[in-house]
Amino acid sequence: MLTVQNLSVSFTQYDTGLTQKQLTVITDLDLHVNAREVVAVVGSSGSGKSLLAHAVLGILPHNAQISGTILFKGEPLTRQRQASLRGKAIALIPQSISYLDPLMPVGRQVHQAARRAGVATTDIRQRVDHTFSRYELASTVKQQYPFQVSGGMARRVLVATAAVGQADLIIADEPTPGLHPDLVAETLNHLRQLASAGKGVILITHDLEAALQVADKVAVFYAGTTLEIAIAEDFVNGNLRHPYTQALWRSLPQNEFIPVPGAQPNPDALPDGCLFSDRCPLVTDACLTERPSLRLVRGAPVRCIHAEG
Amino acid sequence: MNFLIRFTVSKLLHLMLLLAAVAVLTFLLVSVSPIDPIDAYVGAARRVTMTDEQRALIAQRWGLDQPLITRFIRWLGQLLQGNLGESMTYHQSVAAVIATRFQASLWLMALAWLFSGVFGSTLGILAGATAGSWCDRLIRLYAYTLSSAPVFWIALLLLVIFSVNWQITPICCATPPGVLLQDVTLWQRLHHLILPALTLSVIGIGSLALHTREKLVEILQSNYALFARAQGETTTGIVLHHGLRNVALPALTLQFVGLSELFGGSVLTEKVFGYPGLGDATVQAAIRSDVPLLVGIVFFSAIFVFAGNTLADLSYRLIDPRIRIGGIER
Repeated sequence: MLTVQNLSVSFTQYDTGLTQKQLTVITDLDLHVNAREVVAVVGSSGSGKSLLAHAVLGILPHNAQISGTILFKGEPLTRQRQASLRGKAIALIPQSISYLDPLMPVGRQVHQAARRAGVATTDIRQRVDHTFSRYELASTVKQQYPFQVSGGMARRVLVATAAVGQADLIIADEPTPGLHPDLVAETLNHLRQLASAGKGVILITHDLEAALQVADKVAVFYAGTTLEIAIAEDFVNGNLRHPYTQALWRSLPQNEFIPVPGAQPNPDALPDGCLFSDRCPLVTDACLTERPSLRLVRGAPVRCIHAEG
Repeated sequence: MNFLIRFTVSKLLHLMLLLAAVAVLTFLLVSVSPIDPIDAYVGAARRVTMTDEQRALIAQRWGLDQPLITRFIRWLGQLLQGNLGESMTYHQSVAAVIATRFQASLWLMALAWLFSGVFGSTLGILAGATAGSWCDRLIRLYAYTLSSAPVFWIALLLLVIFSVNWQITPICCATPPGVLLQDVTLWQRLHHLILPALTLSVIGIGSLALHTREKLVEILQSNYALFARAQGETTTGIVLHHGLRNVALPALTLQFVGLSELFGGSVLTEKVFGYPGLGDATVQAAIRSDVPLLVGIVFFSAIFVFAGNTLADLSYRLIDPRIRIGGIER
């Protein structure tokens, strides 16, 4: 459904005085999402996760430049196509209630989402009612303002804004930040249901543990690039290909709970070779000179010259 | 309801404190001012011919020989009974002068208020929605110019252009000369109001437009605007559905707070246009040392400005759901 190849995003910034500088925040990013599939995009903050969502939707700020290919249903996603598809074929589930208008009742906002999604005016009411009952939201919630709804309800309202339309691709940008485990499970369940209904779902998160509860595939982002797109079972089966993915897995509390030493490089000081080279236990001279390309190892793409089949 | 009672009681207490402070201050200022109440009463011609005995007699009759505190208490007693005294300029009770004069001013201020509100917020929304474009620059330049131009100067400019050169508006007053008050038509009243109202509205337009613009720019950069865009909404759609809703409250509040500036501006405007309102009466009272009228106007303006600020406060509490329902103070 969605294919992202060699995506790069850079920003034009004013440095000291009037000299402009290019800040490359995403380099050679790859992602592939099929219908009926939940693909988790996992990475720490600054790895380009949210920017990927904005790039797909075409809502990056004006000073951003994009290169590479984004295909949606096999056809290039141009600016015009993005403008006509966003909200309709591609929907976003935002992070928090702050993405809702503070002065508009939430029912009205789901109604707006339906209108923007292109639902026929005569059907909007029914669809909103249907979506509200589907997510077990009482109809009295419709009249409430965002500040009035509880954390759990807020999650469901945000999912409802995306589910009220007929979008084929749903991008959930960090939908479970600091939530109670029950709420995390509930929200992830909703995403799973959307995928089962035939949609493609991208789950953007920094929480690998949450991602593994629901994802079919896990794309590991690092410093604006894709290091590996692993199949969910690879984690439990010890079948991981990239040293960073392995380190992430080991850092989980239920595993060895060892943090990955070092920090992600800044976008304005990226290494010339492999982006992970300065933290990698397997680093060799070959890693330092050239950025490894994405290649298939044991059936999944990985960006490491040391990964073996 | 409970809230409204609490709000009213607290505001009334505030108002009483304010008026008490104004009473003390006004009385002190008038008593140390160089105005001699007897001179002001008898007029310039009689002042020279009056003997010291006559002078002392008036002073005694008025209680001017009493100490300051006694005078203040006697004055306050009269004030509390609603007696503001007689205006020497208009030979009427001060209350009557203020009532008739304020009616004229009310029309002027209401029209100016409405005009600046509509025009200022429209310009602000237009500028905010097109932030950075030539349209925005033009509106900002216009707003800065208006904000920094003195009211009396704009009044004179408008008079020169519309009344002298083009002769499409009257040059002064609230009604045509030589026409009985009961024969004046509504159109004639409006015709005389246009220029003063336009001048007075200028005070509010600039700041309201700039404020509204700032607020809208902030809204368009908010998370909820970004989410609306992600849902496929255009900038125009975002302004219509989210911008107006969120901009309305601060704009309305600013308009209510602006009532005080409007009152101050009306003094200059009415003077230039010879419009017989409260502002014109203020100038007359000051020139002729008409202390009772001046004091009356001071009290009236204090209440007027207080009412404006209270309305601003109330509008937030009644309209913003976060405060109305949630009781969340910002």
